[in-house]
Amino acid sequence: MAVFGPRANLFMTAALVGVFCVCVFLVAAIWVVPLVDYNSQQQFTPEQPIPFSHKHHVSGLGLDCRYCHTTVEESSNAGMPSTAICMTCHSQIWTNAAMLEPDRKSLAENTPIRWTRVYTLPDYVYFDHSIHIAKGVGCTECHGPIGDMAMTWKANNLYMSWCLSCHRDPAPHLRPKDQVFNPHWRRTDSTPSGDALLVQYHIKTEALSDCGICHR
Amino acid sequence: MRWRSGAAVAVLSVALTACDNMANQPKLNPYELPVGSQVNWPIKPVPHTVARDDPPAAPSPPPVTMALLERGQERFDIYCSPCHSRVGDGNGIIVQRGFPHPPSYHSESLRNAPNQLFYDVITHGYGAMYSYADRVEPADRWAIVAYIRALQASASASLSDVPADKRSTLQ
Repeated sequence: MAVFGPRANLFMTAALVGVFCVCVFLVAAIWVVPLVDYNSQQQFTPEQPIPFSHKHHVSGLGLDCRYCHTTVEESSNAGMPSTAICMTCHSQIWTNAAMLEPDRKSLAENTPIRWTRVYTLPDYVYFDHSIHIAKGVGCTECHGPIGDMAMTWKANNLYMSWCLSCHRDPAPHLRPKDQVFNPHWRRTDSTPSGDALLVQYHIKTEALSDCGICHR
Repeated sequence: MRWRSGAAVAVLSVALTACDNMANQPKLNPYELPVGSQVNWPIKPVPHTVARDDPPAAPSPPPVTMALLERGQERFDIYCSPCHSRVGDGNGIIVQRGFPHPPSYHSESLRNAPNQLFYDVITHGYGAMYSYADRVEPADRWAIVAYIRALQASASASLSDVPADKRSTLQ
């Protein structure tokens, strides 16, 4: 009686191919999938109830971010505009536009417009807009070229490594306080250096990457 | 047999709750719908109750300082300038796009109007203008009023009003 049957080689090859496939799958699942934009939704443009354009309102009309995001300087949440804020202008302008129908419906029925979230953080991250504004981090540092976005897309992947890249070396991301809300700001020769702003804003870099800064 | 199924349920429930790594915790975030609520959230306040963070009364006008004027300028440029323009003549970008023209601050009647009028219009709105009470805090309203007064003064100012050491920058 033979130890190996006539199809032993076939089984062995199949087993080796199987092990290889499992390895490839694991590598893809553990390293590749979390890093692709499809998973982090970077560059992803969700559909919205009203096709609101930051490009038109910010770059075209020159509205300040805070006109609509009223709590960004005081609160962890930047604040989504109420229907009344949209209607401040749109009760008089574009009053028959079909794309603004959800806005008029919201006003008539006294129900809020439910926008689709673009940036979602897990509950174990305690992000606060106001402290970033107070320390001279401009909107575009995280939100990308928001002033030029026709539809809002997610400009960063929000991975912890991305947060830490700034928390470990914040100086290049700081700007003068009067330029924080300028979506087209560029560093010039007369801009105070990042290190000078670190001192001016009393930013303690040694504590910025402590776990408790973002997690509690 | 019973302890086995109990253990299986325990292991499964731990495994399942561990799936999102505590990304969804039993707490509410801003704009998150409470469990079981429908689209007509947020729930309106109960009638005849007052929110505890509502200011009890309007503050009296603060003394005019440079810091107050700078705060007023910043708030004015954010919330007022889209229509009233940065110089207060009412030719802001939104007006150029079809919004009804607001009166110029430099008109005779508004130059003589009391401070309280500007404060009340910010609070309650006027004509086509909506109330800004939800966007501009009471203290900031006084800062804006102070800045509007500065804009009005600037329209009829002459070179002799400018401090001597700053005159050269204007010539």
